[in-house]
Amino acid sequence: MLDFTLDEEQQMLDSTIKRFAEERLRKVYRDAEEDGVVPEDVVQAGWEIGVLPTGLPEAYGGFGEYSAVTGAIAMEQFAWGDLALTFNIMAPNLVAIPLVLSGTEEQKESYLPQFAGMKPPRMTAALIEPRIKFDPRALESTAVAEGGDYLLNGTKSMVPLADGAELLLVYAAENGQTQGFLVPGNAEGLTIGDREKVMGINALPLFRVEMESVRVPAANKLGGEEGLDFDRILNHSRVALGAAAVGVARAGYEYAREYAKQRVQFGEPIAHRQSIAFMLAEMAIDVESARLLVWETAWELDQGEDATRAATVMKYYIDDIVVDTADRAVQVLGGYGYIREYPVELWLRNARGFAHFDGLAII
Amino acid sequence: MISFEMPERIKNELQMAEMVARQVMRPNSRRYDEHEHERPVEYVNMMWQVLREQNKRRYEKMLSSDNGDRPEREGPNWSIVRLIALVETLSWGDAGMYLCTPDPLLGGAAIEAVGTKEQKVRFLKKFGEGDPKWGAMAITEPGAGSDNSAIRTTAVLDEETNEWVLNGEKIFITNGRLALEESDGVCVVWATVDPSAGRAGIKSFVVEPDTPGVSVSKQEHKLGIRVSDTVSLAFEDARVPYDNILGSPEVKERKSTKGFKGAMKTFDASRPAVAASAMGVARAAVEYTQEKLAEEGVEVDYTKPRHELSAYERDLIEMEARQKAGWLLTLKSTVKMAHGQSNRLEASMAKARAGETATFVTQKAVELLGPLGYSRELLPEKWMRDAKINDIYEGTKQINLLIVARSILGYTRRELK
Repeated sequence: MLDFTLDEEQQMLDSTIKRFAEERLRKVYRDAEEDGVVPEDVVQAGWEIGVLPTGLPEAYGGFGEYSAVTGAIAMEQFAWGDLALTFNIMAPNLVAIPLVLSGTEEQKESYLPQFAGMKPPRMTAALIEPRIKFDPRALESTAVAEGGDYLLNGTKSMVPLADGAELLLVYAAENGQTQGFLVPGNAEGLTIGDREKVMGINALPLFRVEMESVRVPAANKLGGEEGLDFDRILNHSRVALGAAAVGVARAGYEYAREYAKQRVQFGEPIAHRQSIAFMLAEMAIDVESARLLVWETAWELDQGEDATRAATVMKYYIDDIVVDTADRAVQVLGGYGYIREYPVELWLRNARGFAHFDGLAII
Repeated sequence: MISFEMPERIKNELQMAEMVARQVMRPNSRRYDEHEHERPVEYVNMMWQVLREQNKRRYEKMLSSDNGDRPEREGPNWSIVRLIALVETLSWGDAGMYLCTPDPLLGGAAIEAVGTKEQKVRFLKKFGEGDPKWGAMAITEPGAGSDNSAIRTTAVLDEETNEWVLNGEKIFITNGRLALEESDGVCVVWATVDPSAGRAGIKSFVVEPDTPGVSVSKQEHKLGIRVSDTVSLAFEDARVPYDNILGSPEVKERKSTKGFKGAMKTFDASRPAVAASAMGVARAAVEYTQEKLAEEGVEVDYTKPRHELSAYERDLIEMEARQKAGWLLTLKSTVKMAHGQSNRLEASMAKARAGETATFVTQKAVELLGPLGYSRELLPEKWMRDAKINDIYEGTKQINLLIVARSILGYTRRELK
């Protein structure tokens, strides 16, 4: 029945991640961003919180029941700490969740138990392609059936942690329909290119991936012959990204709010002025409403509904809100907002990416 | 546990309300918009039949207890959620007509919140019997809009007759004429018993029809919600029985604003209602625009990436998103209230955003529907005029932003003016 409060387990998870975000992510995020290096110990500690294993079915070594709402709560708190490190921590989801949603029984049995261990498996997914009119439902990478195999061709972009990945879930179009294929990292014809340089999230190693007649057995097609429910996978990805965007937006809002209370000009804190205070009030309302839209979409998914419409509408709204909020945070800090000693400029760079992050996170 | 599922019982009632909206409100919307101040008898009579019986049961239950309070309940008070959801659906039908609902409304809420059992019997019981009646609330004055503390209407106790003598002018009173001239209703009037005491001196008084010295001095002509009755009331040595004061007559400490704050608490309940009404109009405009454009072959493809969307599709998605967001804020502020928790921040968040959203969405509807959007043959131009009031009354958007800002910053009104 209509309720906006977390249950007991969600509260525990929420406060655990909140503490982790404050005590671990916020301590290392700037160096990680500047150096472009993943602080492995922090990512490992984030994995050990166990968001993914708790969501996997017991039959596959997990601890419970999957919930997109719970996943959204976790994503927001992680992303409040740092977005790039969140993507690192949640990277195994990129394979595990599509398996849960669309995998055949054999695929689930052979892969899912690997996600229940103390170490995250080195797996990732490749969806994005390097072109202006990228559309996840109309990919240029192709998969063609040949004998009992599939031949994959095409170029993927912004593939997280692709170097050293043992397995990649590669999305490609089979007869115009997006399908997923489990491709070993050492498959012939698969080339992991140079690390890509992007505007933000530099603590997440991203790679160009080339596929030239990469051959995988038909059994590696996600969901078997029937294939996958790509709308559903994309909707789960959008809930994850929406929740992460709420985390980034809230980070900006809270930082600007505290700054405005301390920054004295003309003899009093700038937050005493309506021009600043109203900006903060709008930011607070934006964050609150964005979170409710994410939760509602996640809840629809948990009810087993086709949430495509809700997910699209929610994502459209939040992609704007997160940029606006991060931008206003920079604005409230004035000149300091532009300086890399302060975090808000990074949040603006990260926020701008959400419109392009399809497939970088999923819950 | 997070859930967006409306209770089944409320869903059923909403279906009935939607029928009223479709069959009684929409077909009459245009007529009453063009004939300002005419009473929408079809809607009023239909609602009164239902509300009279509901009120009767409600007040019987309430007044059967020793102190006239409702019995303590276990768990959330779903009737609050039900009310807010009904406001949304009825406003989807016609936001002006919804305001004409024969009910104690705001005045009733104030009496229920602080009235004694004896006061509840005198002022509320009648809403469960006889002909349609209305309740009203008179706060605003020509010199006291957003700044309620600037109220200058005075209430002086005449000890000889044991009556309060009211003098002053109240404006922008919804249902004021319906409550005092056209039915045996009630009007709660805010006045100061001690102008030098500021907020601490402000008290509220129940005024009934045929009170000597009270008259309807003006009926307003408005941009929208034209069917709704908006009047000024003049108080010229108006005499009100001593027992009609709500709460204590004492001006305790000069600095104490407890009574004023109590009165302001009414807004924590009324702001979600205004937000709900705004979102009802907004939903009407969103759905109507989607339907009309679909007839022209323009339908949103929710599977397209953003860069493939047409300008129409982008606008429609934005309207839908903002309407949804506004409604969820409204629901959250309501559910918090239903749980008996303070919802001041959430109520102002919802009100500020909903008023703005309804304004945006209905203006977009007029724009997207081309010349027909502007035509009085269709309803969107009316909805645009109706919607705007939600950005203004029960605290303008700016006043509500101020409340939100003070709350999130931990500031008083001295620090953030």
